[in-house]
Amino acid sequence: MKITLSNADVQSKGVARVERLSGEDLKKCYQCGNCSAGCPVSYAMEIPPTRVMRMLQLGKLDEVKAANSMWLCVGCLQCYSRCPKGCSVAAVLEAMRQDALREGADRVEVKDLPMPLLKKAPQQAIVCGFRKFVS
Amino acid sequence: MPRIGVFVCQCGNNIAATVDTKKVAEEMAKIPGVVYTCDYKFMCSSPGQETLKQAIKENNLDGIIVSACSPHMHEKTFRKASEAAGLNPYQCEITNIREQCSWVHHDKTKATGTVKSVDLTRMTIQRLKKNQPLKKIKIPVKKKALVIGGGIAGIQAALDIAEGGREVILVEKEPSIGGNMARLSETFPTMDCSQCILTPKMVEAELNENITLYTYSEVEKVDGYIGNFTVTVRRKSKYVDEERCTGCGECMEKCPFKVESAFELGLSKRKVIYTPFPQAVPNIPVIDAPNCPKIQKDKCGACAIVCGPKCIDFKMEDRLETVEVGAIVVATGYQLMPNERFGEYGYGRIKDVISGLQFERLASSSGPTGGEIRRPSDGKVPESVVFIQCVGSRDEKKGVSYCSKICCMYTAKHTKLYSHKVHGGQSYVFYMDIRSGGKRYEEFVRGAIEHDGAMYLRGRVSRVYEKNGKIIVQGADTLSGSQVEIEADMVVLATAIVSREGADGLAQRLGIGYDKHRFYNEYHPKLKPVETVTAGIYLAGSCMGPMDIPDSVAQGSAAASKVLALFSADEMAREPITALVNKVTCNACWDCLTACPYTAIEREAIKDRKGNIVRWVARVNDGVCQGCGVCVAACRSKSIDLKGYTDEQVFAAINAF
Repeated sequence: MKITLSNADVQSKGVARVERLSGEDLKKCYQCGNCSAGCPVSYAMEIPPTRVMRMLQLGKLDEVKAANSMWLCVGCLQCYSRCPKGCSVAAVLEAMRQDALREGADRVEVKDLPMPLLKKAPQQAIVCGFRKFVS
Repeated sequence: MPRIGVFVCQCGNNIAATVDTKKVAEEMAKIPGVVYTCDYKFMCSSPGQETLKQAIKENNLDGIIVSACSPHMHEKTFRKASEAAGLNPYQCEITNIREQCSWVHHDKTKATGTVKSVDLTRMTIQRLKKNQPLKKIKIPVKKKALVIGGGIAGIQAALDIAEGGREVILVEKEPSIGGNMARLSETFPTMDCSQCILTPKMVEAELNENITLYTYSEVEKVDGYIGNFTVTVRRKSKYVDEERCTGCGECMEKCPFKVESAFELGLSKRKVIYTPFPQAVPNIPVIDAPNCPKIQKDKCGACAIVCGPKCIDFKMEDRLETVEVGAIVVATGYQLMPNERFGEYGYGRIKDVISGLQFERLASSSGPTGGEIRRPSDGKVPESVVFIQCVGSRDEKKGVSYCSKICCMYTAKHTKLYSHKVHGGQSYVFYMDIRSGGKRYEEFVRGAIEHDGAMYLRGRVSRVYEKNGKIIVQGADTLSGSQVEIEADMVVLATAIVSREGADGLAQRLGIGYDKHRFYNEYHPKLKPVETVTAGIYLAGSCMGPMDIPDSVAQGSAAASKVLALFSADEMAREPITALVNKVTCNACWDCLTACPYTAIEREAIKDRKGNIVRWVARVNDGVCQGCGVCVAACRSKSIDLKGYTDEQVFAAINAF
């Protein structure tokens, strides 16, 4: 993979939004790998939790969005409990889910979504949709 | 008949578990000349030493053997105890029956350990019978020190020695003291301005009555030994009378010629008559003779015309001065590896690729840009700066194998300085590992990343090239597993720290050791970190290897404390284990002279009554000799013996086996 890195990437507004939504400081991550080591679903993720943090540090929000990682996170918070820097990858992924769902509309009413879509949508997306009422 | 006592130590169970110490003592009692034997649980304990002292007195012993652990452990202890009991300490010998005897045997019943102990102790007894009582060597000490190098380590050493009430000569080859630290902008991890913490020390060194500054001077020759060195210093011609110069600076102002400033690392120009920087100590300009038209072609002379006190003398010549000192502290510092060696980074080809030390000058308020970060090519404020670490360091192929130690920290500092000075600017750092071991260091680096927003990328850079007015940096980020391309405005290289040019020559003049990188060797990397193999010569700072300011200062103080300890008595006592030449048989082949690693061997003329030289022989300087025995092995006519380890003693031991 080749990436070009610019000031706009490193100071990315999209990533700043994820930081704001999650309350996490992505710069704190020093890539020790403990989150990926403990994550029960990291084996199935296209981008494992540690790499998610790295890609976001590099401002590559779209790459992370395109991967299945955020939809597979079950929110067990193992990453958070093990992180020596006190970061929660789960919170970051939750923020990304919210961000993704917000892209179409500002609010998503789960009950208004068509049944075929609901059947196809990842469980975490539906959970996240409910979360929207309190976020 | 000698009266020898043998003391066999059980060392708890360390020896007694596999060696029958009682049997060893009994066997020894049978040897002629042995009048007292015993075995004891711990000979080194206070009661053990008492037993030893009492036995010496009661039995009127003239020599003792302690069969115990390695002489490295307790030879000193038992020799001291012997001395206290009135015995010459060198009449006490140790037999090691622990390390290579009791510890390597496993079974007491087989008695192999016991047999070996008996053999070893018997050999030592025969050796002891040939011992000569030796006396410690007393050497007079000149209580004046020489410090070579006026950087922070040398200044600290000089100040501490001066504080201790002793005279110091501080030799610096540049026109001002201050060294590399004078170039730095701010210092990690507390970010205090380098000039602010350094210049008070420089001024203190100038004003201290006990310190004599020899700036623009170099050490040419070193003779003598601990307590008595004779050093020849070349005092390069400044072309300015130091006594009369008031430091007004009129000459520098009127000088019409400019050349690149070495202090500013080529970032700006200076006059041909100059002081390296405004806070120079002493504040006396020197004329750069090769570039001065007056000196070269007898044209100009403007400085001499404007000089009020008329202190410029174009005919001034170098002077050689001889100083007598008792101790020498070497603190010659470091320099950076030439960056041109790494073509891929474009240094020298691309104007805005600079070294870390050049970045220090850009960030320094006394530097060429007045502390504003402006790139050298067009003076533009760079919006993105790429820092490349490990340029030459940890690079076995093109650079050096070692880690330059301070680059991780100063690069983090650079990113901080840059983010403080250029708001909205982005710094990128390519690194392999972040090495921030030190008090508050790791927190400092994390601060650069987390608070000041430096983008750290784990990987090396393979190419730097120019495209459309931008510098394209191609590297890798192994954390994301990607190739990274960055458009930068400026690139800063954290170049490897290497030893000073000419470090090897100075080491040879001083007779101290250096490694393959020409960094000076300490006597022992852990337990004698500021001593050298040559007694009376001490080391401080980065002439030993890359070192940061706190470590350099600590070493300067450590070396000073060694010097002050040496100066605390009028005479110093040394171990008498030195080589001795038999003048009758020496045939002056001088093999010993070339073999001696300490330059302890001198030529001595044997004269007849009229004073005519009859022949030459070798003589060992007891002040320098370390008793290594290389000359003994080298001597073809067997004319050299090592006191305490004479051939007679060694053969007696072998014959007793």
